[in-house]
Amino acid sequence: MQDLEKAFQARIDAGEVIEPRDWMPEKYRKTNIRQISQHAHSEVVGMLPEGNWITRAPSLRRKVALLAKIQDEAGHGLYLYSAAETLGISRDELYDQLHTGKAKYSSIFNYPSLTWADMGAIGWLVDGAAIVNQVMLTRTSFGPYARAMVRICKEESFHQRQGYEIMLTLCKGTEVQKQMAQDALNRWWWPSLMMFGPPDAESTHTEQSMKWRIKRKSNDELRQYFIDMTIPQAEVLGITVPDPDLKWNEERGHYDFGEIDWDEFWQVVKGHGPCNKQRLDARKNAWNEGEWVRDAAVAYAEKQANKQEQIAVAG
Amino acid sequence: MNDQLYQYLLLLGDNPLILGHRLSELCGHGPSLETDIALTNISLDLFGQVRHYFQYAAKLNGENQTEDDVAFLRYEHQYKNTLLVEQPNTDFAYVIGRQFLFDAYHLPLLEQLMASKDKQISAIAHKSIKEVKYHHRFSSEWVKRLGDGTEASHQKMQTAIEDLWPFVAELFEETPLEQAMKEEGIGADLSQVKEKYDADVQNIFELAQLQRPDHQYTQSGGKKGVHSEQLGYILADLQYMQRAYPNMTW
Repeated sequence: MQDLEKAFQARIDAGEVIEPRDWMPEKYRKTNIRQISQHAHSEVVGMLPEGNWITRAPSLRRKVALLAKIQDEAGHGLYLYSAAETLGISRDELYDQLHTGKAKYSSIFNYPSLTWADMGAIGWLVDGAAIVNQVMLTRTSFGPYARAMVRICKEESFHQRQGYEIMLTLCKGTEVQKQMAQDALNRWWWPSLMMFGPPDAESTHTEQSMKWRIKRKSNDELRQYFIDMTIPQAEVLGITVPDPDLKWNEERGHYDFGEIDWDEFWQVVKGHGPCNKQRLDARKNAWNEGEWVRDAAVAYAEKQANKQEQIAVAG
Repeated sequence: MNDQLYQYLLLLGDNPLILGHRLSELCGHGPSLETDIALTNISLDLFGQVRHYFQYAAKLNGENQTEDDVAFLRYEHQYKNTLLVEQPNTDFAYVIGRQFLFDAYHLPLLEQLMASKDKQISAIAHKSIKEVKYHHRFSSEWVKRLGDGTEASHQKMQTAIEDLWPFVAELFEETPLEQAMKEEGIGADLSQVKEKYDADVQNIFELAQLQRPDHQYTQSGGKKGVHSEQLGYILADLQYMQRAYPNMTW
């Protein structure tokens, strides 16, 4: 067993890609299932805060773009569930883990989308933060996940530009629109920084995940990269992030930033965020109310298969 | 401006607008990820068609009108969609039933409009029909799955069809506007659309083990701007931003 594990680690260290049929340590399999399914659930739950504004989108062009974006997210959910299924777990089991609260999804989606500007802020910041995480994952060690990420990243960067463009339009608009943009930035900024997870010192999964190349950079590195990238974009918009301690540090070559409220983060992770209950209820309702539909599809397919068989026998 | 043509474009665009809106309400709440994607896709197609009709209408109107003015800034009685498409997403059987009962009309309608003397309408119909063939395939397949699936799904599908049936006749009630457009060779001949509709619906219902409802009463008024109570709520959503923040660019 130890030899197998050593050989496995050697493959990882040599930069090889692991495929579903390859031997892998059980913990590697579980960690990948956990991470890929968490990602899939995030795509699917992430449809809800944006879905909240489709019917009220301010123009036909924006409505169509928003619908298409959310549809892309559903598509990402599909590829990711498929990638997780290659590790020997079914989609129904994965849904069950989501519905029972055993599996997590990105906490950011437990915040409410209150105005149209949130559609801009989510695209710009949330998709922006997701890309920073995901670009790293295009070279993750598990093949199906890495390949899904390549495709997803292309679409996400389009979403991010689209979100930024919504913000830009608001900031070039009337005073009311600019205030709407600033308010959205105020509400989404800190939760976006929390998307990179707890500080490295407190992150339970980081070390082993780095060793297996499931993860390639630490939470704090990615968070810093995101902040450095985003501040100049906010300056172009002419709105300011809600952090009085934010300041360029010449020596470090990075922005210094204020203390993140980790109590809030853990509250939301534990299920006590502003929309945890609504988001999970919405998913559970869709699933439970869809049961008779899924049953009908199975029953119909069986009947059709039987008919084909009878025709074949008679023929 | 050619007011009749303008009004006819509203008539053509309002059904996909309101049906697209209803479908968009479901985004993220479908019974499976696959059906969620498919329904969103249909909604997207319908809004694409709306944009073609309304961009054309806005151009006819002149006065710097835009597609969004046409879509968002009319009063309730100025919307001309049929009552069928504004009916709510009661459950998946109603969603599918409403879709099929509309697709079975939309497809032969577009076949007629492809031959329209108005080049723009003909071009829009040529483009849209490819999408609507897919919508029809999707909705008719699901009518069969639900109708001939389990006992429970059969009941639900039959009930949805019964409840939606009174709104079908309006699709084929020819208003003076539609008559005038037909006579000019611009609009569709609804009697021919109906022939194909009846055959299609009969066929799919048989395959789905569903009874064609036989009630005689019908409900109509949408095409003339007299709607069900549903439309006001749809417009409250649809028009919210344009009404609350007027004259801004988004």
